[in-house]
Amino acid sequence: MANPLYKKHLISISELTQEELQLLLDTALALKKNPRSDLLKGKLIASCFYEPSTRTRLSFETAVLRLGGQLIGFADGGNTSAKKGETLADAARVISGYVDAIIQRHSQDGSARITAEFSSVPVINGGDGTNQHPSQTLLDLVTIYETQGSLKNLKIAMSGDLKYGRTVHSLAQALKRFGCEFMFVSPSTLAMPKYITDELDEAGCNWQISNDLQQAAEWADILYMTRVQRERFDAEEFAKIQGKFNLNAAMLKNAKPTMRVLHPLPRVDEIHPDVDKTPHAYYFEQATNGVYARMSILSLILNEEI
Amino acid sequence: MKNTKMSVEAIENGTVIDRIPAGLGLTILRQFKILHHGEAVTVGFNLPSQTRGSKDIIKISGVTFSEHDANRLALFAPEAVVNLIQDYQVAKKMHLTLPVTISEVFRCPNTNCASHFEPVRSRFYVKQQNGETKLKCHFCEKTFDRKSVAEA
Repeated sequence: MANPLYKKHLISISELTQEELQLLLDTALALKKNPRSDLLKGKLIASCFYEPSTRTRLSFETAVLRLGGQLIGFADGGNTSAKKGETLADAARVISGYVDAIIQRHSQDGSARITAEFSSVPVINGGDGTNQHPSQTLLDLVTIYETQGSLKNLKIAMSGDLKYGRTVHSLAQALKRFGCEFMFVSPSTLAMPKYITDELDEAGCNWQISNDLQQAAEWADILYMTRVQRERFDAEEFAKIQGKFNLNAAMLKNAKPTMRVLHPLPRVDEIHPDVDKTPHAYYFEQATNGVYARMSILSLILNEEI
Repeated sequence: MKNTKMSVEAIENGTVIDRIPAGLGLTILRQFKILHHGEAVTVGFNLPSQTRGSKDIIKISGVTFSEHDANRLALFAPEAVVNLIQDYQVAKKMHLTLPVTISEVFRCPNTNCASHFEPVRSRFYVKQQNGETKLKCHFCEKTFDRKSVAEA
């Protein structure tokens, strides 16, 4: 079938139409069910990771290889001409002359859009600073869709570092289109930024703040956990919040049977290992879905019809 | 007899930005780099205004603002009026409309925005949010109020 994502950049989740988003979800789940190894045959992809990443880089590279494509690239910007002061704009002009698509991770906000403006081939944003991480959002959406059967009118609780966590920002921006309701559970210093809650207001989505993680777990269809980084607090402050945003199995006893706990990983102690054995734990399947979500992105961007 | 003496000297050709709310004249001068034209600029602060008590005014000789240039002023002074002057007469009077995008004028207040490090012009989308004018950076996608953009 013809697809509207062919030869397009993927920079920001908010730029996808509803139709494109649905196509990406359907394709990811179809590829999970019936893997294909021919969709990137003859295609060469640049994997340009200017900052460290484990899951995003490995799952993108796995996706390319599982689809029959080939890879060039780097996992450390310190070994590239960026170290000599080369701009992203010049790097984009050069690298896009070599390959069929560029996957880029960079620490500066907006870096993927700049690369896209100077690249002659599609650019896929693998995370740009604190801004966007659309492939992570897509794998989150695939997982929510897979576990709930729909994205519409769900109750989404988000817990942890909601201020700096780009995954929760992008996910809230994506889910606001589906009439979802939100509950935010975080230390007050790491609350969801106002520009996101303003966007939810504009979209007519209800949202609330809670200090009670167990209450959030009982209310939600999806509980999206993130890590509160110790280094964001001084010792005294951290002592006050320590454990308050950590989930254990006992807290889930009154959760809806269909409720699923997600986490972009890696976790430290915000999800106790005893949660792993409950039917609510879905974060490892979520990580696996990262490969299918990225296979979907690459397949659709590089094939007019699939 | 009517007093026709002007508080700020008339210009033969150029642009007059009139009815700037008192106190915003310096902001306009600075933000829109009006002195960078290298032409003579005369300004008046806290001048009497028939409609609003007092106002600021800026007269720029030898420079003709386009409608696009004029509309950028609407970010700070939507009430201002831009007059194009020819032979000491008002040849065109432009009331301002908020632009949809604004480029080049401001730097992104986000110090981690890639636009600071790359050969690109700044670009913002202008939007109204809760009755306030906000600017969203094309590159880093962060949204700012006018004040933080003006001070960046």
